[in-house]
Amino acid sequence: MAEPAPDVLQRSDEGKITSKPAKKRWRPQWSAGVALVPAMTITIVCFYGFIIWTFVISLTRSRLLPVYKFTGFDQYVRLFANERWWTAMQNLAIHGFLFIGGCVVFGYLLAILIDRGVKAEGMFRTVFMLPLSMSFIVTGVIWQWVMNPGLGLQEAVRALGWTGFEFNWIVRPDRSIYTLAIAGIWQQVGLCMALFLAGLRNIDPNIWKASRVDGIPVWRVYLHIVTPMLRTVFFTVFILMSAIVMKAFDLVVALTGGGPGFSSDLPARFVVDHILNRQELGLGAAGAFVLLCTVIAVISPYIYYELKKERSGRGH
Amino acid sequence: MRYNRLALYGLLGLAAIMIMAPVFIMISTSVKSMDEIRDGSIFTLPADPSFAAWSKAWLGDCSQTLGEKCGGLSSSFMTSVQIVIPALILSVGLGAVTGYSLAVWKMKGANLMFAALLVGMFIPPQVTLYPLIIMIRELGIFGSIPGLILVHVIWGVAFTTMMFRNFFKTVPQDLLKAARIDGAGFWALFWHVMLPLSLPILGVAMILQFTYIWNDFLLGLTFGGRSGQPMTVALNNLVGSQFGEKEYNVDMAATMLTALPTLAVYLLSGRLFVRGIAAGAVKG
Repeated sequence: MAEPAPDVLQRSDEGKITSKPAKKRWRPQWSAGVALVPAMTITIVCFYGFIIWTFVISLTRSRLLPVYKFTGFDQYVRLFANERWWTAMQNLAIHGFLFIGGCVVFGYLLAILIDRGVKAEGMFRTVFMLPLSMSFIVTGVIWQWVMNPGLGLQEAVRALGWTGFEFNWIVRPDRSIYTLAIAGIWQQVGLCMALFLAGLRNIDPNIWKASRVDGIPVWRVYLHIVTPMLRTVFFTVFILMSAIVMKAFDLVVALTGGGPGFSSDLPARFVVDHILNRQELGLGAAGAFVLLCTVIAVISPYIYYELKKERSGRGH
Repeated sequence: MRYNRLALYGLLGLAAIMIMAPVFIMISTSVKSMDEIRDGSIFTLPADPSFAAWSKAWLGDCSQTLGEKCGGLSSSFMTSVQIVIPALILSVGLGAVTGYSLAVWKMKGANLMFAALLVGMFIPPQVTLYPLIIMIRELGIFGSIPGLILVHVIWGVAFTTMMFRNFFKTVPQDLLKAARIDGAGFWALFWHVMLPLSLPILGVAMILQFTYIWNDFLLGLTFGGRSGQPMTVALNNLVGSQFGEKEYNVDMAATMLTALPTLAVYLLSGRLFVRGIAAGAVKG
């Protein structure tokens, strides 16, 4: 570890060469400050500055181009009177519940199965995490084909002999939102499994020894001892999956295109559609801002927790 | 006990089959003919595998040309490569330097800035999309590859900074002190001590950034225009186009082609991918 040190000694006395009066000597801290400029600019301008800018646009009556004629909260009034927006928000709730719930349940079950000590563990893990490397667009296109009512799963199962089998959710306005959860869980369940598995591996083996001595059945150990111990992992998984749900745009576009009609629309798609295609910049900006507020409401406990952990971690 | 083991492997096998089935269906559909697709089911194996659909997806169909392009994915593949490589190097490089400055050189406000950056990772891209469009347009690089590279660097820097900053925080203080006493300045410490130490995390950041940038759709759709169309956007257009009869084998071959680079990186990198994906999952 200390090997590079002599090398450093030879090459790094630029401070001495340039040393004039000690006061004006260039300090490495200043270099560090300079090195932070690009990232700081991006953070201040492109993150926070642009959020404010979007908020300002949402207070105007901008349509195709930003027009800075302020109309107060009119766009928000229009937004909340917009039926498509409410469909999208309702879909966000349905999709969020199913997707996060499905990822947590199936991810945890897979992690427990793998944690029981199986051969070829690496192979199973590789398989379960494979969809993660693919884009939401690829996922959406694959599942659109699998769920194709004419040639996909429905026909394939009927061909096997179950002629009454029905699985045409992707073309049914009352069911299309559920197809998003299916494709989403398929893609993200591996990540949840990996996080839960890491948590399970951190559990003190003595707990297992003790419970075996006491003769407690395995499922009860998981339910009453291990699961409560993993509550921070559950929390992390919940936050990560929520972040994915609220940004979900690609998957809807590729899988259902928001349809039939707007039956599977999500807020992220509503916003992009209104900003890019519908010349409703002000309304789109208002939608974006509401979306941001939703994200903040869900994420802030997590950020708070992370920073607190960091602060207490530095104590010792 | 033996039945338990059997059930265990049974359940895991079933889950593995359910995860792999759509991938299998994609591959097998892509090597079937359209007649076979119409007559058979998605589960049947291809009777006479052919890569005709692959070549059509890659090169396009030049008998129905619209303009000089044949509509294949090969040109957007090149676009994606031209976007990914510079964006990858710039975003990882900037993240390494920023993470190093924040972690090692204790400056006032470093933690505040890190927190601000961390929050930035959660911001849905839709919220800053329009101002970003204006900025890129004012810079004169809208609808071009340089514009997309810049946007990817902007969106990637929070994640890469977080990876490096958290790693550099774990470097023993004694090592840093020793290097400082030996007279190492800012860049010397970075190049000769910190960067060599961070090779594993560098690998993780590269793999993850590659995957994110390659898989991006929203930024490519918004900022790419016609000349900077990455592969995901081209795939979505191809599958969504309503001209003529739908060729599912070509769609699936195109999907496979789009998925292959990240799939290959995943299978080759193994554990590094797994290590990074958990850290970077917050990024959409």
